[in-house]
Amino acid sequence: MKDIHKALRERILILDGAMGTMLQQYKFVEEDFRGERFKDFHKLVQGNNDLLSITQPKAIAEVHAKYFAAGADIVETNTFSGTSIAMADYEMEDLVYELNFESARIAKEVANEFTEREPHKPRFVAGAMGPTNKTASMSPDVNDPGFRAISFDQLRVAYKQQAEALLDGGCDLLLVETIFDTLNAKAALFAIEEIKEERNIDIPVMVSGTITDASGRTLSGQTAEAFLISISHIPLLSVGFNCALGAKQLTPHLAVVANRTNLAVSAYPNAGLPNAFGEYDESPVQMAEQIREYLDKKLINIIGGCCGTTPSHIKAIADIAAQYSPRPLNQPINQIV
Amino acid sequence: MSHQKHLEVPQRYLKLSGLEPLVVTPESNFINVGERTNVAGSRKFLRLIKENNFEEALSVARHQVEGGAQIIDINMDDGLIDGKAAMVRFLNLVIAEPDISRVPIMIDSSKWEIIEAGLQVVQGKCVVNSISLKEGEEEFIRQAKLIRRYGAAVIVMAFDEVGQADNFERRCEIAKRSYDVLVEKVNFAPEDIIFDLNIFPVATGMDEHKRNAVDFIEATRWVREHLPHCSVSGGVSNVSFSFRGNDGVREAMHSVFLYHAIQAGMNIGIVNPTLLEVYDDIPKDLLEHVEDVILNRRNDATERLLEFAETVKGSAKEKTADLSWREEPLQDRITRALVKGIDQYILDDIEEARLSVSKPIEVIEGHLMTGMNVVGDLFGSGKMFLPQVVKSARVMKKAVAHLEPFIELEKDAVSSSNGKILMATVKGDVHDIGKNIVSVVLACNNYEIIDLGVMVPPEKIIAEAKAHNVDVIGLSGLITPSLDEMVFLAKEMQRQNFKVPLLIGGATTSKAHTAVKIDPQYEHAVVHVNDASRAVTVVGDLLQKDRSQGYKTNLKEDYAVFRKGFLNRQKTKAFLSLEEARANKFKVDWDASEIVKPKQLGVQTIEGFNLRLLKDYIDWTPFFRSWDLHGRYPDILTDKVVGDQATELFKDAQEMLKRIFSEDLLNAKAVFGLFAANQINSDDIEVKISEEKHTTFYTLRQQSKKAEGRPNIALADFIAPKESGKQDYMGCFCVSTGFGTAELAAQFEVAHDDYNAIMVKALADRLAEAFAEYLHEKVRKEHWGYATEEKLTNEELIKETYKGIRPAPGYPACPDHLEKETIWEILDVENKIGVVLTDSLAMWPAASVSGYYFGNPEARYFGLGKIKEDQVADFALRKNISEEKATKWLQPNIAD
Repeated sequence: MKDIHKALRERILILDGAMGTMLQQYKFVEEDFRGERFKDFHKLVQGNNDLLSITQPKAIAEVHAKYFAAGADIVETNTFSGTSIAMADYEMEDLVYELNFESARIAKEVANEFTEREPHKPRFVAGAMGPTNKTASMSPDVNDPGFRAISFDQLRVAYKQQAEALLDGGCDLLLVETIFDTLNAKAALFAIEEIKEERNIDIPVMVSGTITDASGRTLSGQTAEAFLISISHIPLLSVGFNCALGAKQLTPHLAVVANRTNLAVSAYPNAGLPNAFGEYDESPVQMAEQIREYLDKKLINIIGGCCGTTPSHIKAIADIAAQYSPRPLNQPINQIV
Repeated sequence: MSHQKHLEVPQRYLKLSGLEPLVVTPESNFINVGERTNVAGSRKFLRLIKENNFEEALSVARHQVEGGAQIIDINMDDGLIDGKAAMVRFLNLVIAEPDISRVPIMIDSSKWEIIEAGLQVVQGKCVVNSISLKEGEEEFIRQAKLIRRYGAAVIVMAFDEVGQADNFERRCEIAKRSYDVLVEKVNFAPEDIIFDLNIFPVATGMDEHKRNAVDFIEATRWVREHLPHCSVSGGVSNVSFSFRGNDGVREAMHSVFLYHAIQAGMNIGIVNPTLLEVYDDIPKDLLEHVEDVILNRRNDATERLLEFAETVKGSAKEKTADLSWREEPLQDRITRALVKGIDQYILDDIEEARLSVSKPIEVIEGHLMTGMNVVGDLFGSGKMFLPQVVKSARVMKKAVAHLEPFIELEKDAVSSSNGKILMATVKGDVHDIGKNIVSVVLACNNYEIIDLGVMVPPEKIIAEAKAHNVDVIGLSGLITPSLDEMVFLAKEMQRQNFKVPLLIGGATTSKAHTAVKIDPQYEHAVVHVNDASRAVTVVGDLLQKDRSQGYKTNLKEDYAVFRKGFLNRQKTKAFLSLEEARANKFKVDWDASEIVKPKQLGVQTIEGFNLRLLKDYIDWTPFFRSWDLHGRYPDILTDKVVGDQATELFKDAQEMLKRIFSEDLLNAKAVFGLFAANQINSDDIEVKISEEKHTTFYTLRQQSKKAEGRPNIALADFIAPKESGKQDYMGCFCVSTGFGTAELAAQFEVAHDDYNAIMVKALADRLAEAFAEYLHEKVRKEHWGYATEEKLTNEELIKETYKGIRPAPGYPACPDHLEKETIWEILDVENKIGVVLTDSLAMWPAASVSGYYFGNPEARYFGLGKIKEDQVADFALRKNISEEKATKWLQPNIAD
């Protein structure tokens, strides 16, 4: 994994854009989601995007390739909901290992093709570990604030299974992302630390929180700085934010983190704020112009896009980022655990 | 493995977090850890936990944080408590209270399993209290590794296999060994290590205890010098253990001990702040005696202090909550009643005030205005919220009502208000919640309000303004046609040489519309006021004699600049011609699309509906917004800033709802119809009312240039076109829960209770929306029946995750109100349920909702945005109305 540390010192690394937005364009219907293999599955599976890694692998590979072609250095695996907890909605908990393994394998295959073609620009695969659909520090029941729908241990076990499959499938790093409850993320980090110890390996880990609204806090109520403090106990490759906000709204929170950490800083905002109808309509040029402010202020080392972003957005961002040097890292980034 | 990395980080401070960060730097003041949530330290807390009274136990935690604790220590170690379960339960509850969980938590237990259970439920970076070498190095390393993995800092007790450190050397030795193990073997960040070097009592009468304080202080100094980046902590009250019962001496001992320990480097401690005297305030003689003991300066120090202690009266600083405000001076009582909105005693107090002055008017101008000024200041500075102010107004009105008969008797009495303000909801509009709130708030600030009510024609506004010689005119409106009424009124004011400022407010108004459309019509001040709190400052600035001219000039300039900027931005937006937009319409694959025929076509009416069924369909978030409390329900109930207010408001709302339900105070009715329909002429929908009768809905199409792949949508796109050969369907509806609202609100208004009058209207609005949601569900599942399998929670309903949509004329997808007339016609709304349309096509009663039903799974909500003249002309032609009329109704959506 030396390469990514080296690359990170040399330039701003580009992360990919939205997977979901791209998959929408395929207009897959229930049958497509099912494919041959799940044609008699007892539950509706449309909307289970992670499943497409098994039933529509070509589409997934195509999206990855589009992002690499647009200039991405790192793509995220199609595994946002790839935990037994999130898959329970579809009663597909048993598929978790395969889903993650396949997603990683597909992404790595595409990455290798690009690296072969452009050896000066090695491509990486980040195993995406989403927040799951449950929160460990908030109650879903208004009348019982002390209730919890999920425990730390359940999360730890689920994340561990996902992380192991992602690594087995060939991921270069792991990305704990869209964190709206820091306790969920801490369970994921705990699981990753266990794997590191058991396998005696180093795993570069990116952590990306989500500031949910103008209050400047995560959904579980933490400020950006409190969030940073809460996840800084294990060695990380980078820390930053994604989703919920557009590039412009994210700036102050990114600055808080950039000014308080020696880690690399990442950001992959949405294509603006959703308009009144839930659509993200910031154009590639508009978004890239906002990102220019990050670059002028030297806030970031890794930049990409979340909801509503497309290869055109990533290309526009990559073009601008190429004109800048990365945010200086005060300490050499090394692989020691 | 190496800790090399740590040594290169420039800033190595202890950093902890709750919801907010706590960074301990060398410049930080002493960090005070709250100790009351410790069953070993607080009898009250122990009792509460034993009684399973977690609710009140929480208030102990809250009290500490409010009292300034920067970390709260939580301990459940008691033989009669299931410590692990109690720790988890209590922490889960603490986490749900943002005003407590904003600070970091110290998880305190002598049992590892309790500590670990605690670490698993807290998102922030905690402190573990504590671990030590007591059970040997292996266990120490195991626990430390886990603590690091959970992401917590740790308190290390000066304790090893041999025992607890009780002198200077042992303290240093154990600290050094623990530090080395943690840093070298566990790779623990040294700044995350906090040493508890054992604070033991002094003045016990035993010689070996004499150096207890001094040794602690000296060991602290040694540790801070030799073990980089770590902190030192301790439980301070131990030191004065032998003076239990004499709080005067204990307070002094704690202060003296801390004074010296902090200088030596102790930076964190468990201290009861109510048992702490200010060092400089300790009487000289007491100070001398205490320092002799703490610093072990004399052999007979203990005896001397014991002797002296007899003369020091126990002066416990602990303050009990003062509930005796009724004993306070009259003015304080009145002010308090106004600020807290307590009307229980106000009549007694006002009567007392009236008897104390020569003219009753003086009570209003003196006592009440003094109190209301406090309310105004608190509100202005964001320390009070709207519902509280409205409650204050209720108290104020009761007080004034009591005084009025006496004032009448004194004919010469003239009340001096700050100014007269005319308030009106414009012609054709019936919405008045916002207007009433602004009126109440302004009245609280001693403005005389002339409220003309709703649907006020412009002639009347002009005439009344002249008759009363008002100082300001305020206009309100919620539906888009009201915007034109406001423009018209501004023109009239200009024509008739008015000079008074014009305030514009209401949900549909905006600074942009005010600046672009209204401001240019009137050469005097025009201000858009978006919330009640701003209204007070704006009116204040407008009427302040010495400043107003400058303020008005600035306003005019500000709006001119805003207007220019707005118009410039507008020009850059690209549009398609209507023809191009139609070519880029939203395409549904009609061959693949499954169309479900409604189970029952035609019109149906619901009367005598049981309102209780709507309880769970209420979307509360907009309810809070109507009271200027912003945030999502239910999070808003625990919001740091407005949570308390929101909770109280919510409680009052629940009570009112209960009354409405149990006494059948409001009446709900609905009418809806489902019809065969097909799209025709690209943008229109032909609806088959009966075999021989057809009518048409005219929809509008987005015209702004879209990103590639995004369509220009019109509602008609969701209905199968005639040429597809498929028979499609749509529906429309009108629901109302407004029958009875006006009467009920009037009852409260007569009783000077604006708070509940506004409450009734706000709730009726919510019930109407809930009814629309409820009916939509029934239609989807039963009457139309295309979603018989649907099972959604209320939250999902509010998030609109269901199939199909119910857009309402006047809202973003179809901003044109004219189509309401068609709905009224085909459903015969007025005759069937009695909801009528005003001149501006607002619905009366106001708590009503009408709209269309589209059932196609691809149908979705969208915003029309701006359209161009070509579509206006085309729309007029299709609808067979004049272009002028079309322009008038579509005005807010026509691109400039």
